Amino acid sequence: MSAGALLDVQGLGKEFGGLTAVRAVDFAVEAGQIKALIGPNGAGKTTIFNMIAGVIEPTRGRVLFEGEPLPVRRPHAVAARGIARTFQLVRLFGDMTVLENVLVGCHGRGRAGWAGCAFRTRRMREEEKRLRERAWQVLAWLGLEDRAHRPAALLPYGEQRLVEMGRALAGGPRLLLLDEPGAGLNAEEHARLAALIRKVREAGTTVLLVDHHMDFVMGLSDEVLVLSYGEKLTEGLPRDVRRDPAVIAAYLGVEAA
Amino acid sequence: MTPGRRWALLAGAAVLIGGAGGMVRSTYVLGMLIFIALNGMAALGLSLVMGFAGQVSLGQAAFYAIGAYVSGVLTASYGWNGWLSMAAAVLAGAVAAFLVGLPVFRLSGLLLAMATLGFGIIVYYVLVNWSAVTGGPSGLTGIPPLALGGFRFDTDARMLWLAWGCLLAVLGLAGNVVDSRIGRALRALHGSPAAAEAAGVATTKLKLGVFAAAGATTALAGALYAHYLTFINPSPFGFAFSVELVVMVVLGGTASLWGGVLGAAIVVLLTEGIRALLPLLSASHAAAEYEIVVFGLVLMTFMILLPGGLAGLARRAA
Repeated sequence: MSAGALLDVQGLGKEFGGLTAVRAVDFAVEAGQIKALIGPNGAGKTTIFNMIAGVIEPTRGRVLFEGEPLPVRRPHAVAARGIARTFQLVRLFGDMTVLENVLVGCHGRGRAGWAGCAFRTRRMREEEKRLRERAWQVLAWLGLEDRAHRPAALLPYGEQRLVEMGRALAGGPRLLLLDEPGAGLNAEEHARLAALIRKVREAGTTVLLVDHHMDFVMGLSDEVLVLSYGEKLTEGLPRDVRRDPAVIAAYLGVEAA
Repeated sequence: MTPGRRWALLAGAAVLIGGAGGMVRSTYVLGMLIFIALNGMAALGLSLVMGFAGQVSLGQAAFYAIGAYVSGVLTASYGWNGWLSMAAAVLAGAVAAFLVGLPVFRLSGLLLAMATLGFGIIVYYVLVNWSAVTGGPSGLTGIPPLALGGFRFDTDARMLWLAWGCLLAVLGLAGNVVDSRIGRALRALHGSPAAAEAAGVATTKLKLGVFAAAGATTALAGALYAHYLTFINPSPFGFAFSVELVVMVVLGGTASLWGGVLGAAIVVLLTEGIRALLPLLSASHAAAEYEIVVFGLVLMTFMILLPGGLAGLARRAA
């Protein structure tokens, strides 16, 4: 475990009423990496994600971000530390416009409270202008400018995924958690998504993603961690992991020799 | 709606109300219009709580009472300036709601209904039993009407201007909130609490904020009520009024600014209509007993046919 890791997961475990979903998993994500958690369904990938994001409380272990423990059971406080996420099934604010969805992602960049908003104080209006500039920047970056004023629910699925990504990026996170970003996308959309994730990394955001689409993950990630039944099976470079007999067994469901 | 259009709409409504105040002579009609404004303010607050925080309060009458009694006692017993006492009443309503909501919104489930039900009962008993301050069951008299310089809001027509002026101002401010960082966070919370949290919205704090804001607008309505009638006693601030406010919100529609006002108008008109019609239909003098039955039927019909309320219907038509 290197001392300077951006995200340091230490002995993280979760039991749901006696059932062990995740058993003492350790790993680190270095700043600037694209790292993937892969594994068959039920391996505990999403549970780990939800523990990092502060949605569920670990039974044991902890997560350090930039050397400090992350808040537990308070996802907004995790977001405030600079960690953004997307969901396995897209969760947009359907009756809000695309622009408004991205503006919600800018929430942490603003300070205006009830009174400031009700009376539209000068400070509030200046802040609002800044937030809108930021949101438009993100939309331009994703090529969604012409969709800005459409209700998010009316967009095709692939574009909804982009909007969700935009909402996550709007706050300027240092770490982006992507929960199965490729689910429901076709091969061409997969390729575009991979290019986008690389672009996110080049812009300075570290990426940790969960997926079980092997080709997509192997082509994209710097490092891969394989989970099986809540335990770390192996961790390393994509080309090494792909050849690991234990991994092949886990995926094909045969006993490892 | 853009801020410009919203303010134009509010200004139009103000002109209309101003004209009505000048033309309508019947104190009966004026009184009804005033109560639509007061109840509308209270229902507006509750509709935001039900729409955005996703919980129902069964004790809004208590915040109405807090507004009425704080402003009433400060002016009648301590000689405060009416506007100052009204500001104190609004603050008291917000603080009371904040304190009630503080333990409630940390937990999940429909705890707010239970907590506010209890709070409503406590406030009612305090009003009845703390006679030295509240005047007990016989009430508090001698509350002065509000005045601006030499202009006293002591007739129904003048009170109509004040009540509707306050309602339109509240609507304007609430509209500003909807179109802002806080409003977007509220709508996000309504859409998906998990996604709102992930985007950095402190949803517990936000729900508490909505509830405190509702406490403030409800207390404002209560304070206006006290200075309008110049006499208050505990009986109108019981559980029945809390339920009536819930009915207004259900009829008008939640999470919409005009829904509460619409619902208040329907309930006030319906109550008067029932009072006028029922004695004609039944020989007995028990019309008041039937009132509640008719309310129940109307409420059920709305829940089945129009779950989004009248505001929801307008949205669908648009």
